[in-house]
Amino acid sequence: MTALPSLRDQRSLERASLKHRLAEKGVDRVLWLLVPGAVFVVLLFVYPFLYGLQLSFQPKGGGNPFQNYITFFSDEYSAETVWITLRLGLPAALFNVLASIPIAFRMRGRFRGKRALTTLLVVPITLGTVLTAEGLLAFFGPTGWFNRIWIALGADEPAKLTHNYWGVLFSLVITGFPFAFLLTLSYLSGIDPTLEQAAATLGASKRQRFRTITMPLLAPGLAVTFCLSFVLAFSVFPSAVMVGNPAGETHVMSIAAYETALRDNDFAMGSAIAMLMALVMLIVIGVVLIWRTTLYRGATGGKG
Amino acid sequence: MAGQRFAELHLDHVRRVFGDTVALKGMDLTIKGGEFVALLGPSGCGKSTALNCLAGLLPLTGGRITLDGRRIDDLPPEKRGFGMVFQNYALFPHMSVRRNVGFGLSMRKTPRAELTRRVDEAVRLVQLEEHQHKFPAQLSGGQQQRVAIARAIVLEPPLVLMDEPLSNLDAALRLEMRTEIRRLHQSLGLTTVYVTHDQEEALALADRLVVLRLGEVQQVGSPEEVYAHPVNRYVAGFMGYRNMIPVTVTAQDDERATVRADGVELVGVKSEEVADSAVAAVRPEDFAVVTEAGENTLDATVEIVEYHGREQAVEARLRDGTQLHVRTNSRLAPGDAIRLRVPVERVLVFS
Repeated sequence: MTALPSLRDQRSLERASLKHRLAEKGVDRVLWLLVPGAVFVVLLFVYPFLYGLQLSFQPKGGGNPFQNYITFFSDEYSAETVWITLRLGLPAALFNVLASIPIAFRMRGRFRGKRALTTLLVVPITLGTVLTAEGLLAFFGPTGWFNRIWIALGADEPAKLTHNYWGVLFSLVITGFPFAFLLTLSYLSGIDPTLEQAAATLGASKRQRFRTITMPLLAPGLAVTFCLSFVLAFSVFPSAVMVGNPAGETHVMSIAAYETALRDNDFAMGSAIAMLMALVMLIVIGVVLIWRTTLYRGATGGKG
Repeated sequence: MAGQRFAELHLDHVRRVFGDTVALKGMDLTIKGGEFVALLGPSGCGKSTALNCLAGLLPLTGGRITLDGRRIDDLPPEKRGFGMVFQNYALFPHMSVRRNVGFGLSMRKTPRAELTRRVDEAVRLVQLEEHQHKFPAQLSGGQQQRVAIARAIVLEPPLVLMDEPLSNLDAALRLEMRTEIRRLHQSLGLTTVYVTHDQEEALALADRLVVLRLGEVQQVGSPEEVYAHPVNRYVAGFMGYRNMIPVTVTAQDDERATVRADGVELVGVKSEEVADSAVAAVRPEDFAVVTEAGENTLDATVEIVEYHGREQAVEARLRDGTQLHVRTNSRLAPGDAIRLRVPVERVLVFS
């Protein structure tokens, strides 16, 4: 004789199956762990962003909601900041990415002193912009080491490398390179080294191997590295003030936004400039990522 | 398609050291054009090191490699022109099957028409016509394997190197691809060096086997020689299962040794001078279950019987406690007292 399951048993069976049914639909209790993170993002990113966005459509003097944007582009001094910032951010990001390729390429294998060299390359991350700027001022300044050697070598006057475009560019390279290098190194380590060996046994020279195997597999990673490096460089602020010429040559967008909002007390206009900054970055990133979709982005056969 | 033949590839005391470990202790080997040679041994025996040295992927620590008298060990891999099939296939993930196969040809700036023709031929040879426009990630393991082989042989290299190419495949596919590799070798006649740890694979494929252990060559010979006449205890144990019965040598001449095992006299063959305390190596299938007493017989008690279809795998024990594995057609049951006879030439006595 078979005993019928009691009501309690049946209920517990149903409970178990509910969890199962939810799991089938991709709902999992573990997902609750995402809540703190989601709250954090909403409070500290989404809300301030949307607040700034709506604020930018409420110009100080009222009237046309697009007035801030019209003002920005009709004033040559402010409109020029877009070009000034791009002129710093794009070359800095490009240089950091390109320079990190050969160095990361050399740093893949195992060799004596690798850790010391990696540390040396990564240390600038820990320095902070202010320290870097001070170092730059001391080294590249009119009486700094660089110019003393420069004069000693027979130059007529010290090279002007601080308080202008070049000072800021150097600063962006020094602080941005370690990021680009670390990212490139990790992408490069993810490429299975036997692929290059296979290409070698098939007759490909070093250069052909780099061009046909390494580069195509690395390019999607380089695109991402470029985007991150660019965002980092585009939002330059402290070094543009300290080693740049914040009123002229390096009057970047972040300075314009800061001055408008906190010096001129026009928060709406400041927000508009910040929104435009985000827009320019999104356009550049968008273009790079669209190019990236044309590349092979699957597995690279590595273990990393 | 036929490989550019060479007469003789010669490895002359090839040594390779990694830090403190000697991976290859002076390997001497001559490979003749058209041969299929298997380097066989457990992991760490130096077989892959030897292959990488041949391919040029590892520089030698010492010794030299010559191809028809021309020294090649100082050439980089791209100048040697040997085809290689890697254990993980190492297919270029961003290229279609056709571009993978044609890679070597395009590196050599082969004219387009010829490239197309030769890629077509290679793809047909490994039966991948319907997959030729796919990418490696869309292929099964066996298909990837075929691409790797096609990519290596499309250049008609003088030497094809294969590094455990079947180890990532499942059992059924492994058998199928094994036959395929043998078929390709027979039809193209490409000289092949094949690295494996699987003695069955090596026996099935190779014309000649090189058994390695701890960086040293143990034996070189045809599959039959190595299988039936191992030169030492290590090769005997490695080439298929053998019972290792501890024995005391009572007499020996140039070819034979008389030994005592379990209180009984056995006569066996030997290939080296043996010490008084030795082992007799006997394959499970070389025992015959007999009823009458006679020469070369051992008495044992059946302990475990496994049914394997046509035959039974029997685990028996001698009176002194030595375990024996026996394969027999006789139907036995645990507890049976049996008498096992083994022919003199199947008892191999080693130190």
